[in-house]
Amino acid sequence: MTRLLPFIGFLLLAGLLGFGIWWNTGHDQTAIPSPLINKSAPDFKLPLLYEPTQTISRESMMGKPYLLNVFASWCIECGVEHPVLQAEAPTLGVALVGYNYKDAPDDAKAWLAAHGNPYSVLMTDTSGQTAIDFGVYAAPESFLVDAHGVIRYKHIGPITMDVLNNELKPAIAALQQEPR
Amino acid sequence: MRSLLRVLLLASLLFAGAAIAQAIEPLPFKDHAEELRYQHLTAQLRCPMCQNETLADSNAPIARDLRNQIFQLMQHGQSDAQIKQYLVDRYSEFVLYDPPVARNTWLLWFGPLLILLVGAGVVVATIRKRSRAATPAASPAVNTLDEGDDW
Repeated sequence: MTRLLPFIGFLLLAGLLGFGIWWNTGHDQTAIPSPLINKSAPDFKLPLLYEPTQTISRESMMGKPYLLNVFASWCIECGVEHPVLQAEAPTLGVALVGYNYKDAPDDAKAWLAAHGNPYSVLMTDTSGQTAIDFGVYAAPESFLVDAHGVIRYKHIGPITMDVLNNELKPAIAALQQEPR
Repeated sequence: MRSLLRVLLLASLLFAGAAIAQAIEPLPFKDHAEELRYQHLTAQLRCPMCQNETLADSNAPIARDLRNQIFQLMQHGQSDAQIKQYLVDRYSEFVLYDPPVARNTWLLWFGPLLILLVGAGVVVATIRKRSRAATPAASPAVNTLDEGDDW
């Protein structure tokens, strides 16, 4: 038994380290779980990018679920997810709402003109003040908000086809199956 | 002479610190106590984007925004606990360098103590066994075996 002790110790340690490797390959270590999931989206009131005199708010968006996509022209990863959004926005089943984050409106417009505009509504937060309430820390981030204004799902980082098919679409399907 | 040097060194360090702090972000503190409180508070909070830097140290844009927000909340008379809660509500407990003692952090807080106790148990058991084996007609065969086991 005493002779087996080091071996058992080794097995325990190997098991622990193996678990660590397995855990970290399945989880994005830089993604912090949002405390806002299943909570009411924060109150916001932001101007539209193309018509800055008009604003939209949490209340005005109530009634239908939507996907809020935080992006900026300076954000490199946003360019990675943009073709996916551009191609898949019509098949999402919910409105794709753009949240232009800490961007100069002219830069954002130029970027959208070059890459295409998949958003059905597009608001702009130049100061990033409202984004703090959403717990945004790194664009791109996406929030799925239900018809009652509750955040149901959040993805940090670019939406790839994998994320879209394995996480986002099931989350949207779950929303649509709920009784209104 | 030595004490003079020490004073000079200390003074230069203080000045250097003040100069850097001002070069980065001149915030209109109303007094030195408020500035110290701000520095203490931002050093206790983690930047969500850079993961292993405090809000005080980080140069990430979000860290700058959050520092400004903390300063604004201080101006509105919020306590340190309220400001921490404000950030936890938005960015989760990840932002706290000291996680609160709760059921899901018990292992984190008391795990090292548990390992220490297990280790102490192993040591005590080994010592007892060896002294028992050594006292009655200490058989040389067991002793050589033990030394062979010296891992």
